[in-house]
Amino acid sequence: MLQWLGLPAAASAHAGDVDRTLALVHWLMLVLFAGWGLFFLYVLVRFHRRAHPVASYHGLRGRWSTWLEGGVLAAEIALLAFFSIPVWSARVDAFPPERGSTVVRVVAEQFAWNVHYPGPDGRFGRTDISLLGPANPLGLDRTDPAARDDVTTINQLHLPVDRPVIVYLSSKDMVHSFTLPQMRVKQDVVPGVAQPVWFTPTRTGAWEIACSQLCGLGHYRMRGFYTIETQAAYDAWLAEEAAELAQ
Amino acid sequence: MGFTLVVIIRWQLAYPGSPVPYIGSLFGTANAPGGIVLPEFYNQLGAMHGTIMVFLGVVPLAVGAFGNYLIPLQIGAPDMAFPRLNLASYWFYLAGGTVMLASFFVPGGAANNGWTSYPPLSDLAPGTGQTWWLVGMAFLINSSLLGALNFITTVVQLRAPGMTWFRLPFFVWAQFITAFLLLLAFPPLEGAAILQGMDRLAGTSFFLPSGLAVSGRPLGVAGGGSALLWQHLFWFLAHPEVYVLILPAMGIVAEIVTNNTRKPLWGYRVMVYSLFALGFLSFIVWAHHMFLTGMGTAVSAFFQTTTMIVSIPSVVILSSLILSLHGGSIRFTTPMLFALAFIPMFGIGGLTGLPLGLATTDIPLHDTAYVVGHFHYLVAPGTIFALFAGIYHWFPRLTGRMMNDTLGRIHFAGSLVCMNVIFMPMFVQGLAGVNRRLWDGGAEYAHAQGVLSLNVPMSIAAFALAFFQLFFIVNLFASLKAGRQAAANPWSATTLEWQAATSSLRVYRNPYEYSVPGASADFLPQHLPADA
Repeated sequence: MLQWLGLPAAASAHAGDVDRTLALVHWLMLVLFAGWGLFFLYVLVRFHRRAHPVASYHGLRGRWSTWLEGGVLAAEIALLAFFSIPVWSARVDAFPPERGSTVVRVVAEQFAWNVHYPGPDGRFGRTDISLLGPANPLGLDRTDPAARDDVTTINQLHLPVDRPVIVYLSSKDMVHSFTLPQMRVKQDVVPGVAQPVWFTPTRTGAWEIACSQLCGLGHYRMRGFYTIETQAAYDAWLAEEAAELAQ
Repeated sequence: MGFTLVVIIRWQLAYPGSPVPYIGSLFGTANAPGGIVLPEFYNQLGAMHGTIMVFLGVVPLAVGAFGNYLIPLQIGAPDMAFPRLNLASYWFYLAGGTVMLASFFVPGGAANNGWTSYPPLSDLAPGTGQTWWLVGMAFLINSSLLGALNFITTVVQLRAPGMTWFRLPFFVWAQFITAFLLLLAFPPLEGAAILQGMDRLAGTSFFLPSGLAVSGRPLGVAGGGSALLWQHLFWFLAHPEVYVLILPAMGIVAEIVTNNTRKPLWGYRVMVYSLFALGFLSFIVWAHHMFLTGMGTAVSAFFQTTTMIVSIPSVVILSSLILSLHGGSIRFTTPMLFALAFIPMFGIGGLTGLPLGLATTDIPLHDTAYVVGHFHYLVAPGTIFALFAGIYHWFPRLTGRMMNDTLGRIHFAGSLVCMNVIFMPMFVQGLAGVNRRLWDGGAEYAHAQGVLSLNVPMSIAAFALAFFQLFFIVNLFASLKAGRQAAANPWSATTLEWQAATSSLRVYRNPYEYSVPGASADFLPQHLPADA
């Protein structure tokens, strides 16, 4: 079923859970549709006026429709209790500790993703709305000691593989939606609401960040890039960015 | 009108950046220089297609037209309870519709923030289009409210003697529940529209949080508002609204199925109870549109559970309709074809709601073309097919003439095929991760490349669908003038709307007494005394 659904490549630890649930739901849909569909076609032929000139006043007898509806309900409850709720709960409640994770801020704006790394000190520098400018889309206060080593990029998110990632999302203007299709990550970014999301990449690769909420005229081209790479490659990239910053 | 907009959308999706043929020059250079649709205009088309179809198309037709015409006839009332209220409702509708359509011609064009109008985008949208949209919505909501009051009063007060609650035709029940949905769900959106209007016109910040910076500059507003609040208010209306679109359709289909199977509706009482359940539950599922706004386990578990529960009464009604066919003597009339097609089409729409209603599987699918396919199956080959069925079925009651069967069958077959070619590939695109509301249909993104080519057949099918509607339009007007004369009760139906109106109408039996054992005819109308 999974190949058949044609989802984007799965490259995160929880992607399997999401995909398995999706495949199960589609199995249920297929069985129900095929079952109803066959019965539907059968009655259309069997009870065509020419085949069955006099209708039965009582119609179908028996209680099996109740069983059918009970079965649908049971299947839905099983999907909820054993798949959807536990997987969701792991997404939103079981955040990994920041120590041991890659922590990064992503600030959405029309029509770009600003990426903010805390640098070696692990602390994000202060940001202030009054410092916003073309060269400083985050409004980062470089005089703050915690900000000195912070690395920022636009539309370029690099992350190491096999290590949990926590992304602190926020938006400067509109509702955006931070989407990493291959990570099975999609999170609305509502202005005024700080919004963390986490995942663990399990495969290296270079893919695209998409925006999934209509955010204005350039919504269709609010595309970023993300790269999942080995720890060594990631460290090298970060060092390169830091060196550029020092110049 | 709503359909014309989507034909332009489909052109743009199939051939992004190519001039729209023939009509492209009509849009003006501000919208489409050289006939090429600009993103500004594309977003207007998207928002207004949704708004027009829902609020100016389906609701007025399914509720306003069918409800107002058939409810008094089916319950044996002389007219609706409040004729003047009805007229006021119509004038509000006309004003709302005029404002909506006129907004295309104001500087900056019509609203272009999606039919959901999420702030801050809608709050801060330049031009006046969004304000016109809000004013138009306020009119349309008032129109619906007045209509709903009238429906409820009429059904409660004006039933003919002997028309007990469980002798009401299923269509009347569906309209009755729909009226309650309109009455209870629309006021929050009217309030929200006023708040958004204040944000736009009076400088308030109901939906604007502090610290916004647009285009790199801090925004000069007070802030302190909540962008999420709008989403709650909007969906508190818009989810019950889905059932406003669906229940009358189910009512129409049930009438036509029972008439054309020549047997009573299977599980009539359970279907009525299911309507109640749908009506109630539709008010507590709204946040399943908002799973990805940052919802914890408890809240998402609640809304997932209610969403799964709300699917059960829909399953009951749909399976009752299918089981109703069993043992029937099915006449494949034109209205019956549309009503029959409604069942599997609506089924596809309902089933594809399951992965969207579960928060986990909503992650990859949210805001993709999958969602668009899902709700279009419900309202296009679902509700709109039911409306066509209703028009073909009750046309003789309204005009005294029959519609042409051959044209009707061509219209049916063409529409069925085209709709599936349009909407089925949306599921494929959505699963591949293609988002909705993209001006270039996703051409920007690598993950969309494999499924982009589907847009061409989808769009061709949309143009073909427009062509097949000509058969309907020609049929409608030609039959009005020169259709075959209809008998007083051409479908041999039992319900009151087909009986000659008399002041002493009395109801003696259940609505669908077809093929009663021992009766002389295969139908016993509701108003005939026992064994007359």
